[in-house]
Amino acid sequence: MQVAEAPATREELGAALASAAEAGTPVRFRGAGTKQGWPPAPPPDALELSTAGLNEIVEHNAGDLTAVLGPGVLLADAQAVFAKEGQRLALDPPDLGATVGGVVASGDTGPLRGRYGGPRDLVVGMRVALSNGTLAKSGGKVIKNVAGYDIAKLFTGSFGTLGAIVELSVRLHPIAPDTATVLGDARDPAELARATDALGRSALEHHGIDVSWGGGRGRVLARFAGAAPRPQAEAAEKLLRAEEVAAEIVDEDDSLWDAQRAAQRGPLVVKVSSLPTRLPQLVRAVEELGGSLVGRATLGLSWVRFDEPSAAAVERLRREFIAVVLDRPADLDVDPLGPMDPATRGLMQRVKERFDPAGVCV
Amino acid sequence: MTHGSLVERLRDIVGTEHVVTHQRQLATYESDGLLQYAVTPVAVVLPGTAAQVTAVVRACHEAEVPWVARGAGSGLSGGALPVEEGVLIALSRLRRILEVDIPNGRVLVEPGVTNIAVSQAVAPTHFFPPDPSSQIVCTIGGNVAENSGGAHCFKYGFTTNYVSGLELVLPDGSEVTIGGPELDHPGYDLVGAFVGSEGTLGIATKIWLRVVPKPEATRTLVAFFGSTVEAGEVVSRIVAEGIVPGAIEMMDNLSIRAAEGATNAGYPVDAGAALVVELDGSEAECETRFEHVTELCEGADSVRIAHDEAERELIWRTRKAAFAAMGRIAPNYYVQDSVIPRTRLAEVLGTIDELAKEHDLQVANVFHAGDGNLHPLVCYDGSQPGEAERAEELAGLIVKACVDAGGSITGEHGVGVDKKRYMPSMFDEEDLATFQRLRCAFDPDGRANPGKVMPTPRLCGEVPGPYRRHPLEQAGVAERF
Repeated sequence: MQVAEAPATREELGAALASAAEAGTPVRFRGAGTKQGWPPAPPPDALELSTAGLNEIVEHNAGDLTAVLGPGVLLADAQAVFAKEGQRLALDPPDLGATVGGVVASGDTGPLRGRYGGPRDLVVGMRVALSNGTLAKSGGKVIKNVAGYDIAKLFTGSFGTLGAIVELSVRLHPIAPDTATVLGDARDPAELARATDALGRSALEHHGIDVSWGGGRGRVLARFAGAAPRPQAEAAEKLLRAEEVAAEIVDEDDSLWDAQRAAQRGPLVVKVSSLPTRLPQLVRAVEELGGSLVGRATLGLSWVRFDEPSAAAVERLRREFIAVVLDRPADLDVDPLGPMDPATRGLMQRVKERFDPAGVCV
Repeated sequence: MTHGSLVERLRDIVGTEHVVTHQRQLATYESDGLLQYAVTPVAVVLPGTAAQVTAVVRACHEAEVPWVARGAGSGLSGGALPVEEGVLIALSRLRRILEVDIPNGRVLVEPGVTNIAVSQAVAPTHFFPPDPSSQIVCTIGGNVAENSGGAHCFKYGFTTNYVSGLELVLPDGSEVTIGGPELDHPGYDLVGAFVGSEGTLGIATKIWLRVVPKPEATRTLVAFFGSTVEAGEVVSRIVAEGIVPGAIEMMDNLSIRAAEGATNAGYPVDAGAALVVELDGSEAECETRFEHVTELCEGADSVRIAHDEAERELIWRTRKAAFAAMGRIAPNYYVQDSVIPRTRLAEVLGTIDELAKEHDLQVANVFHAGDGNLHPLVCYDGSQPGEAERAEELAGLIVKACVDAGGSITGEHGVGVDKKRYMPSMFDEEDLATFQRLRCAFDPDGRANPGKVMPTPRLCGEVPGPYRRHPLEQAGVAERF
């Protein structure tokens, strides 16, 4: 793959994309390069176009809890700036070295998703560059806005296959002054499910209910944040004990959640979209395949990790679940997206053809 | 196909009694909630099942006749305004709740189910957060089309945050499912693109919604201030403290007077602004935060705290009465729905005041203060010559002032037919052409709700240039998305 000089402005990026399209050269966009292995490998003649030069935090409107930033801003750098005002972009995917544009383009999320949603819920406006040279915007920089189509949602999670994200407006949230986590141990999948169900149904206002499973044991983590997280954590502990789940409260809880995030990466990682009540079936399948799992229990989203990658494991999960392959060895023969209804696939194909008629964004 | 033979075919599909063609009966459907516009369609068809919706859309496609979908007709932007040479597809008979799955927090509904019915179906443990003021009549299909918000969206988000999947009939009469009960289906987020598309991409016949547990505690107060500027400063301080209230609503003096006339809540009619703050969440968290908010309201002329559900209900009834009660101030009004960055509130309200004086008209302000969504109500008397025109001009200038401040022409009512002329103030030609790309992927013939959203009519044409298949795609290894 050829690597183009990183454009310094969105106009330059748009022009580079348009001239590649004119020449029929496929283009692969790159942020920090942390997730380049997720989409299919680009063809050998592709041109790599980096967003690293579009790395300006254009606006941080602390009073409005919004920001406008280039896609090449590193998530960690953005968070450092927002934190000075006690705010953050509520996205905590595993790679803090990733760019904001890359996180949005890949739809990657961490435990904060349970409370704040994912990139689709936090991006309020977007500028994009299309392969015909168009630079266009949708949305705006206010958190409430229904003018025009929500092109930003279409580009979120599209892996740059419709065009490039060249600027983002995002909604920010205040960082809670204090947190506390309840940690419960589960000895079997049914116990794990009982624990998450009890917490998920309760009126407690959690900042995420996560699970992990590996080597025949599981854990449930419920985080509370705010001015007074401890009473909620105590109530959650009581709920778990009522389900006969051993539980304790951890006040210094960052490392627990960092571990959850880290476990979303590995030699082979499959993201499973399911429903919360199907967690026991998923855990049994993962156990049978010798994998491990972390997940957002109340959202029904799980990341299944295999230290010994095999296409058969992916196929096995797909017999029962919607499973998208994320990290994987380059030589593993799997379709990352898996089966899809032909009508749905056809509609997505038509969207692709309209936004990138040259078919160069790969 | 002539209109006559299309009408015959529609009768075959849904039964004669569910096709309306009499002029007098058609009048019921000639406007939605925005009564300034009225158009009589060729026919109104009321399908009773999803399969009938598909057959109706297919019949329109084959007859090359445009159509408009309608829910309860409570929209405020003319989004469900019929087209003259077209068919109006009313979805009010599709009102079954198909599945209630509390353990997974999912509900599957037909589009004609009302917003309130979803919360009722999952009560008392859960609720559906988007709560437009029209929630007792407006339908979920309409909420999906408009991406409806409501008073509680500053904390909870909008309809788009609560839809996980849709079964659609596309304008060519084909059926497709996007998303599902699960989150994050593979491929493009077409659900995200469809929600808020104002009926221009197809009809949702089944909708998967997320519902969430009801908060343990709710605390509500209303504080009265000398001016909207003072109240606005308190809103800024609340937000700066990191407090995310369930709702923060503001009413100005004119709205307080109108609403007080309707509900007799005992509000001081000389107050410059009323600020409603509602916190919800866990008992402990709510209590701590509420004390803090009460302190922040110390500069208020007076503060009323709701001590029970009846008092809370009265505060909300008075807030929601403001629109309807405006009839006490003037015989007619225009509702605007502009959004501004919240920190520009004082400045924009000042501009609105000046503009109102210049036009010799009164403007009442009721707004969602947390997210900067203003609802200026431009009051006028339509029987006075020239006053309606003056009101319309003033409304347009208010929208412009909001966009100039970095805001939007609409926060929750949609563009529809009413605000499409303002679209160029936010979006340039390239932006609009990009919107059109999405439209063309779903509706290349432009038959779904034509004449809405876009400021000028546009055609799709063929996809320009040959579509190049990715080598891996050719090899059957991978799809492009």
